[in-house]
Amino acid sequence: MTLVCVDNVHKAFGDLEVLKGINLSVAQGEVVAIIGRSGSGKSTLLRCLNQLEKHDSGQITIADKKLDAASMSPKELSENVGMVFQSFNLFPHKTVGENVCLAPIVVRGEGKADVEKIAHEVLEKVGLSDKYDAYPAQLSGGQQQRVAIARALAMRPKVMLCDEVTSALDPELVGEVLRVLETLAAEGMTLILVTHEMSFARDVADRVVFMHEGRIHEEGAPGELFAAPQTAELKQFISAVL
Amino acid sequence: MGPTLDFLTLLPYVSELLKGLTTTVILTVVTTLTGLALAVVVAYMRANAQPWVRWGLGGYVELTRNTPFIVQLFFIFFGLPGLGIKIDAITAAFIAMTLNLAAYSAEILRAGISATAKGQLEAGRALGMTTLQSYRHVVLVPAFARVYPALISQSIIVMLGSAVVSQISVFDLTYAANFIQSRNFRSFEVYLLITLIYLLLAFGMRRSFMLVGKRVFAYQQGEQR
Repeated sequence: MTLVCVDNVHKAFGDLEVLKGINLSVAQGEVVAIIGRSGSGKSTLLRCLNQLEKHDSGQITIADKKLDAASMSPKELSENVGMVFQSFNLFPHKTVGENVCLAPIVVRGEGKADVEKIAHEVLEKVGLSDKYDAYPAQLSGGQQQRVAIARALAMRPKVMLCDEVTSALDPELVGEVLRVLETLAAEGMTLILVTHEMSFARDVADRVVFMHEGRIHEEGAPGELFAAPQTAELKQFISAVL
Repeated sequence: MGPTLDFLTLLPYVSELLKGLTTTVILTVVTTLTGLALAVVVAYMRANAQPWVRWGLGGYVELTRNTPFIVQLFFIFFGLPGLGIKIDAITAAFIAMTLNLAAYSAEILRAGISATAKGQLEAGRALGMTTLQSYRHVVLVPAFARVYPALISQSIIVMLGSAVVSQISVFDLTYAANFIQSRNFRSFEVYLLITLIYLLLAFGMRRSFMLVGKRVFAYQQGEQR
């Protein structure tokens, strides 16, 4: 079943055309890794998927519902799409528990007791239930990013977007975050990740999408794509990053 | 006959001094709260409201920051009755001080808000919060924390500037001093005394702000910067 459908999406910043007609469909439970050089449009595509950037033309649907301000409220959007950022973006003045509980209470209007129960569950899932009352500044980068994942999970989205979630981490902390994502993938969560972790893309993704100059240049199962790239651009990219 | 200091000459006027001090303290406490609250609204609207609202608020902020406080006060107390709006002296003082503190603080807060990372607002949006919800729950406290020292100073400046309200017959600390020295001609003693009182008020204010800040911004302790 197709969960996310991107149909001929264009996006320009002024004169700079960043997305030149993207077509992509992601099935329920699928893990899609988007790779490509910086400036190829991968982050912009991801940000269009939760409307942090509004696309200029084309259509994006999630669970058959059109994703634009007219047809989907911010609340509804957040119940469909969760996002984890490169720079964590935890709320520094709120404890880990408060970070996780805030949106379900404020946006969904759920009861505090119910939300706290969910918060404990999602924090358990990312292995941080003992940090419930800590402030973000007291955590390592890897722990902060895991809290950010838990915070997104607490809204129970249908699809999670991960924008280079390990790029701001010290190398020894990357593994703990990737392991959490692996668990989510194994549990059937639909994931779309922009990543520079090629080994992770190869091991965990069902499909790898290579973006080049605002277009999807090549896509396929990770095994084939990395072993036998068809285009010169992907060959060059792979030899540069591996 | 050389000059002699005699503070005992002030003794019969203790009740006037207390009355003036009370007025100054109440004026300061109330206008600090209303001024900062209004500043939050102005800072938010200047970033998010309709263009014509932003324009109007920008005009208010610049007008207030580029004209003397005493002229603003006179305008409200002596000028507005010309339009049929009559306000008593103490109310005029409250309004003038609130508007003055709010204009400066809104600019200070604006800096704090724009320095609070864009990423925080995006995280709020990604979680489905409206802009207003994001400001309220996500942006406001860190923005306040960032510019808190400047807000303390601004509030103290307005407290000290409140001495001017004696000019429209508000019985504040300065009015009390003027009143006393016109009776006993001991201007040195009385002005020295209220100078010390203003100094203590300023210290007290700074200290209270710090105590509040320590509680509200407790999350910053242990933060590595």
